[in-house]
Amino acid sequence: MAKIIVVTSGKGGVGKTTSSAAIGTGIAMRGFKTVIIDFDIGLRNLDLIMGCERRVVYDFVNVINGEANLKQALIKDKRIETLFILPASQTRDKDALSKEGVERILNELAEEFDYIICDSPAGIESGAMMALYFADEAVVVTNPEVSSVRDSDRILGMLSSKSRRAEQGLPGIKEHLLLTRYNPERVVKGEMLSVEDVGEILAIKLLGVIPESQAVLNASNSGQPVILDQDSDAGQAYLDTVARLLGEDVPFRFLNVEKKGLLKRIFGG
Amino acid sequence: MSDHSFELKGSLFPLSVLYCQDLSAAAVKTQLQQKLAQAPAFFYRAPVVINVESVTQVPDFEAIAQVFKELELVLVGVCGASAELKKMAQAAGLASLQLSKSKTPAKESKEKEVKTEAAVAAPVMETKVVEQNIRSGQQIYAKGADLVIRGTVGAGAEVIADGNIHIYGTLRGKAIAGAAGDNQKRVFCHKLEAELISIAGSYWLSDSLQGEYWGKSACIGLQDDKLVLADLL
Ligand SMILES: Nc1ncnc2c1ncn2[C@@H]1O[C@H](COP(=O)(O)OP(=O)(O)O)[C@@H](O)[C@H]1O
Ligand SMILES: [Mg+2]
Repeated sequence: MAKIIVVTSGKGGVGKTTSSAAIGTGIAMRGFKTVIIDFDIGLRNLDLIMGCERRVVYDFVNVINGEANLKQALIKDKRIETLFILPASQTRDKDALSKEGVERILNELAEEFDYIICDSPAGIESGAMMALYFADEAVVVTNPEVSSVRDSDRILGMLSSKSRRAEQGLPGIKEHLLLTRYNPERVVKGEMLSVEDVGEILAIKLLGVIPESQAVLNASNSGQPVILDQDSDAGQAYLDTVARLLGEDVPFRFLNVEKKGLLKRIFGG
Repeated sequence: MSDHSFELKGSLFPLSVLYCQDLSAAAVKTQLQQKLAQAPAFFYRAPVVINVESVTQVPDFEAIAQVFKELELVLVGVCGASAELKKMAQAAGLASLQLSKSKTPAKESKEKEVKTEAAVAAPVMETKVVEQNIRSGQQIYAKGADLVIRGTVGAGAEVIADGNIHIYGTLRGKAIAGAAGDNQKRVFCHKLEAELISIAGSYWLSDSLQGEYWGKSACIGLQDDKLVLADLL
């Protein structure tokens, strides 16, 4: 049985697409057959982050409308054997998705894949609802600031009331907190909420903490999911995150201000 | 052989009863509109029974039913009706409910009433228990009941009860107790960080709550129209 994981947040620009790409890639690296679906109809940037934008011929909406089949629309990753991307359409409007259509595609994908990662658009409108409706698990991406936390709380409310699992009285969606763009220095200065603050407010299990990192920007500019940059802090933090998602017990890193080494202190860091 | 797919059973439900001397459609409308303005969410599609015991003129039930419809209320029937009024109510498609004798010292009606077990408009104070966190944007309303939240009420969330409210987690959102007007109701919470607390229509914003009890457990009630915070224990 395929596991459907939605990467969601309410707020835009917090790192959903970055995280979808990293987590999907990380799971596929472990040998699971994985597909990442871009639900952000009209914006389309998962394919950019995955570096496959030039290979998009058909998209999610084409498949729903029966204009193409899944085989034609799925893009096979060139780096990882078991990884596929189902891109969003850039030209359609965001109401092009229907619940029945999405369900049909997910069912079809579930026959072949182990993991289906749904990259949600921002907001709490139909597109975001569609992305979370069929989920078994949710990665709630949150930045350590008040408005992002508030929006995540809102999405958690939706997960527990507006999802298929909620409507059918099934066991609830498993919720994970992924704190991204974490900057320990700013936390110490009181400019950002701490891991503890956010954890206490949202009261769900912490899946990972991704530091604010130049590596993320470099990665997205070069069309490489950052998890492939395994020397970087963000890459390692995503590797830890994937391990926890697969049930492993991994200690948290990058939570505290790094003590600058002697050389760095002399030459500036 | 019994057929469980079709059963008719007696049950008790809390219903709002409207007492209004002047039952002209216009008067009913103004009165209802005023009530609704105070708390639109509470009365939205609420079932209502009209007490017609003390009406002086013969009401036009059809017109009244129309007013209820316009205001998105559900007129269920009448109570305390004379035999004549009962017939008229019936003609307008309304039920005739029997007043529970203990609650209302109504004058004995002359005709013999048939005793039924069914639907008596009795106010039952119950407790609604919610076993989860209430998230931003969510609203919980315990109508005619106390409300217990075994979780946290997030900022931007709202919990409302006609009775008392007990929150075992942190109260960061809004809590509205005694929503039907009872000023004896209170809010109890494990950790007070509320945006707003209201009791029987009086309310306080977070600014006026940020004293000794902020971030601690507390019990909040009204005394002579003044907000009183006290230790939970
Ligand atoms: N850990 C991080 N460190 C630095 N920049 C980040 C990090 N995560 C995301 N970003 C940047 O934030 C912006 C929004 O990220 P994106 O994943 O597109 O968010 P969303 O999909 O939630 O809108 C992008 O420019 C991305 O490069
Ligand atoms: Mg995105």
